[in-house]
Amino acid sequence: MFLRLSRDNIRGLLLIAPVMTLIIGLLIIPLILVVITSFGSRSPDGNVIYGFSFDNYRRLLGITPTGFDPLYLEILLRSLWLALQTTVAVIVIGFPLAYFIARASPRYRNLFLFLVLVPLWTNFVIRIYAWLMILRNQGVLNSLLGWGASLLGLPFQPLDLYPSDGAVLVGMIYEFLPFMILPIYTSLEKIDDSLFEAAADLGADALRTFLRVTLPLAVPGMVAGTILVFVPVMGTFIVADILGGRQVILVGNLVQRQFLDARDAAFGSAAALILMALTLVVTIFYTRRFGFGEEIVSA
Amino acid sequence: MPEYAVELRDVSKRFPGPSGEIVNAVKNVSLQIRDGEFFSLLGPSGCGKTTSLRMIAGFELPTEGEVYIHGRPMGQTPPYRRPVNTVFQNYALFPHMTIGENVAFGLEMKGVPKAEREKRVKEALEMVRLPGFEKRRPRQMSGGQQQRVALARALINHPEVLLLDEPLGALDLKLRKEMQLELKRLQREVGITFIYVTHDQEEALTMSDRIAVMSGGRVLQVGPAHEIYEKPNCKFVADFIGETNLLEGKVIHQHGRQVEVLLAGGLTAHAESDQSLVSGQQVFVAIRPEKMALRPYDGAHNVYVGRVEEVVYIGTDTHYTVRLAGGQRVRVREQNDDPFSRPLANSGDEVRVYFDQTPARVLTE
Ligand SMILES: Nc1ncnc2c1ncn2[C@@H]1O[C@H](COP(=O)(O)OP(=O)(O)OP(=O)(O)O)[C@@H](O)[C@H]1O
Ligand SMILES: [Mg+2]
Repeated sequence: MFLRLSRDNIRGLLLIAPVMTLIIGLLIIPLILVVITSFGSRSPDGNVIYGFSFDNYRRLLGITPTGFDPLYLEILLRSLWLALQTTVAVIVIGFPLAYFIARASPRYRNLFLFLVLVPLWTNFVIRIYAWLMILRNQGVLNSLLGWGASLLGLPFQPLDLYPSDGAVLVGMIYEFLPFMILPIYTSLEKIDDSLFEAAADLGADALRTFLRVTLPLAVPGMVAGTILVFVPVMGTFIVADILGGRQVILVGNLVQRQFLDARDAAFGSAAALILMALTLVVTIFYTRRFGFGEEIVSA
Repeated sequence: MPEYAVELRDVSKRFPGPSGEIVNAVKNVSLQIRDGEFFSLLGPSGCGKTTSLRMIAGFELPTEGEVYIHGRPMGQTPPYRRPVNTVFQNYALFPHMTIGENVAFGLEMKGVPKAEREKRVKEALEMVRLPGFEKRRPRQMSGGQQQRVALARALINHPEVLLLDEPLGALDLKLRKEMQLELKRLQREVGITFIYVTHDQEEALTMSDRIAVMSGGRVLQVGPAHEIYEKPNCKFVADFIGETNLLEGKVIHQHGRQVEVLLAGGLTAHAESDQSLVSGQQVFVAIRPEKMALRPYDGAHNVYVGRVEEVVYIGTDTHYTVRLAGGQRVRVREQNDDPFSRPLANSGDEVRVYFDQTPARVLTE
């Protein structure tokens, strides 16, 4: 068999050509370059010496000439752990909000959705800086607490909130909450009211209706939200940079510093690929387990 | 006092409308629905059928009046504590559950053990002729099948009353006819009171023991199919159910049930009424096309001269549109029992139209 190009085939190819050019030029080729770079090494003046060695990967996994060093593995694990904490937290906070918006009267729904999105109009860095202002020693929060304590006549020691892991977590939650609220809202909003009535009709009170109908039907939204939150949290470096001081290093920071500070593009590429592989594995595992959820909704 | 399966006493429901006005969805409705009855609520769109049904189910609470189920006032009782189940128009099957889980849902809520649930789900699915469909998902079923699942899911709970809101509305004509028979069969089998909402008069006529005809939030007439059809009590019912000729006129005088009416153009009609009317009152004489004849017969109470305007052959029957001497246009339906189905008259012919006094009903607005 050989490929015969009919008019339809040619027209189809022409139609996808621009997109394919973009994908190949901006995604596939750079990715191949990153892969190639990751097997190279750093020249003394900070350029890449191309070659074929697994040294960068060995270093990431902690295998060094002088023995086992878990430094980078710890960074990976810490990033995973933070992404997990963030995801769980935004589900716990985002679900009730999404539920509230979905059940609000249609007149207010758009207003509430708008309010969810408003913070995104401010620059990312500025938003995180705002948290620095809130959390630092002489920040808004400590001032308020101190003021409250003085009113009650209690002694007050400013809380050491910044810089810390906790501050990074708060920043991540704040940053990614909208990306959980919106998909959960979409799932909830799609549920036909008659399903709630059917549950009530069949003897389910409000709590059981929630557990047996509302919650399961919101799963697709939570799955989508999880992918939208978990993956970028793993790669974001600004939040940790600003709120973690220079102490909290995540995979994202590692990659960024290798490229910009250490000027070791080869090692940075290897770290970036490990980050990609990790998120890919987590995402695949997760969607295998829970599906993308569309088959549940599209009944 | 007789106990009814469901009783509505002077029930009204008002909704706040979209622009602040008040929508009177149901106005002072009183109904008595007997145990084991197939009862239909019939009426045009927006007449308050669904709202009435939802007040029985408990999804809406009456603004005024009270709903009784087997004599018990329902008050504020929430839907999950009422001994009724609903079959929704869009079926409302839970998309994330299998058919088995859907059907078992009511029993699960009641805490019936799993083994018994499974047994009864099996029986229920057999009853609606879907044996062995437990593992499927709703989206893998056709509309008609989903309809049956919805029925099984409701009936498995042995409700005192089953409420059905246009359950066949989404099905095509053939399937709808099939499901009508199926529903009748099920209702006889389980002996449960069915309250059935429809705007399809034929469906209501063929299926129901009794029908309540609604319009504008009110119940206009309640009775068995033949009574609603043969003896409509108002112009709306006569017009809504089947086809009818309405002749406007004024009462001349009344003798018991017999009424003489002066029609426009000086014709006199002999008709009947159960109401007491006064001379000069503005009325309508309602007469069904099939109760009128072009073939002369002895003893007809009313005979009018007219001219045929249109002849429409529809197989078993032929419809003749006749303009009477008084200017009224009527439709006459004659059976094609002549071996060659020859028309009794052609367009433009002068004819006489005959009908009796009993099927001619005097109705007020
Ligand atoms: N929740 C509501 N809020 C405001 N108005 C309502 C509400 N539900 C029903 N109505 C109004 O009440 C009236 C009766 O509605 P209902 O749904 O009972 O009609 P229906 O007889 O079932 O009509 P259909 O055959 O179209 O289903 C309509 O005018 C409708 O717009
Ligand atoms: Mg309705």
